[in-house]
Amino acid sequence: MSGLSVSLHGLRKSFGPKLVLDGVDLTVPANGSLVVLGGSGSGKSVMLRCILGLMPPDAGRIEIGGQDVARLSRRDRAALMDRIGMLFQAGALFDSLPVWENVCFKLLAQKRITRGAARDKAAEVLALVGLASSVGDLSPAELSGGMQKRVALARAIASRPDILFLDEPTTGLDPIMGAVIDGLIVDCVQRLGATAISITHDMASARRIGERAAMIHKGRIIWEGTAASLGHCGNAMVDQFARGEREGPIQMELRR
Amino acid sequence: MVLDFLAGIGRTVLRACREVGALALFAGEAVSHIVRPPFHGRQFLRHFIEVAYFSLPVVALTALFTGMVLALQSYTGFARFNAQSAVASVVVLSVTRELGPVLAGLMVAGRIGAAMAAELGTMRVTDQIDALRTLSTDPMKYLVAPRILAATLALPLLVVVADILGVMGGYLIGTLKLGFVSAAYLDSTWDVLEVMDVVSGLVKAAVFGFIIALMGCWCGYNSRGGAQGVGLATTSAVVAASILILALDYVVTEAFFSQ
Repeated sequence: MSGLSVSLHGLRKSFGPKLVLDGVDLTVPANGSLVVLGGSGSGKSVMLRCILGLMPPDAGRIEIGGQDVARLSRRDRAALMDRIGMLFQAGALFDSLPVWENVCFKLLAQKRITRGAARDKAAEVLALVGLASSVGDLSPAELSGGMQKRVALARAIASRPDILFLDEPTTGLDPIMGAVIDGLIVDCVQRLGATAISITHDMASARRIGERAAMIHKGRIIWEGTAASLGHCGNAMVDQFARGEREGPIQMELRR
Repeated sequence: MVLDFLAGIGRTVLRACREVGALALFAGEAVSHIVRPPFHGRQFLRHFIEVAYFSLPVVALTALFTGMVLALQSYTGFARFNAQSAVASVVVLSVTRELGPVLAGLMVAGRIGAAMAAELGTMRVTDQIDALRTLSTDPMKYLVAPRILAATLALPLLVVVADILGVMGGYLIGTLKLGFVSAAYLDSTWDVLEVMDVVSGLVKAAVFGFIIALMGCWCGYNSRGGAQGVGLATTSAVVAASILILALDYVVTEAFFSQ
């Protein structure tokens, strides 16, 4: 397995009169790890949904592995989706299925594995995210928030994807559990050799899981650089956001 | 002022047309997934059991008491014209042609239609439907098609039970309370009953099952806005299915029995 590159060219999306993505250009090389930062309502999640094909963009081009997604046939697009893993913000685990079926859902749905083998596979993947195999028999409702995130991560990596998308992986978790999840994400991405694109507004998490970072503001990418430089990159908006300061250009815009 | 009023009417009509068109496309896509592999047999079985088995008590009780009330009411009504002997005929025809399928449909709409809308609505607002797509699974095939097929096949079975219990309710009241001779009551029942009476009821049941699941899935699948949206979807599913059941009851009756 090897990662796939992801490129966005002039991506635009609006909901009625509200312009959410205003020409987003972004490139993540194969095996790269990018964290996209931005405040609430800045367009991060919409951008991710457009890349995943959950929402059609109004204009622009999305290339994954050098292929224009919009030009792919249904079959090729399905094949491409097979190479993608996604961790949703709230986990999005299926309530009606036990944990082990959640983890191996894609493998079972595609009949790549028998139900008997899926239990063993689930135990194996759960171990990668630090959970005991006995968790596999529980239902998602019986898990804590941190455990749900781990199971969601296990589900995202179970089919060994080439690209991993992570939507607010540490939201709602305490700082220690957030650090644990970040560590697991870094381990999993390295083990898979996958490309990783995360969106977050948790600075500590961004520095831990990203090699590079980009900031989206009002539907545009306003900065790109190394994740390590967050907070002292020289861009006033990014530095204000990274430091969580009340005073600065972002707040000044809100006051206007 | 007048132009604004007319524009408002126009917008409403256009919105209604758009909704009906979208619903028709949704139904078409669901049916296409029912006949195209791969099939999700476990999902179908789960929903079939939910509709056919777990709805049995409510449908059975409704049919039994309806048959009993029908016998009692028709007896007191027919007594005015000395036509009490028609009670058995009225009960069996009413139950098999109309009351069995319609009451079973309304009961299942309240129970299953609401449950489908609530489950799919919750899955929608918690990103579970989007998660299915990212797991290379078409939500229409995995969630909607098995539910529609299960309800379409299960409701006729429920109506068979409803027919039997409805007639039995009339028989119990007729023989135990109204003084009919058991053999005579049963003879009257069998003499008047024709195959088409039962078949029309079962066809209605299949149509109602399809409509109940379709509206439940449609409202749930398209719900928006958190818990409030899910609640609204659930209410809409039950109301829409109930109205459509009554409207389509007329259409199917017209198709079978208009001379």
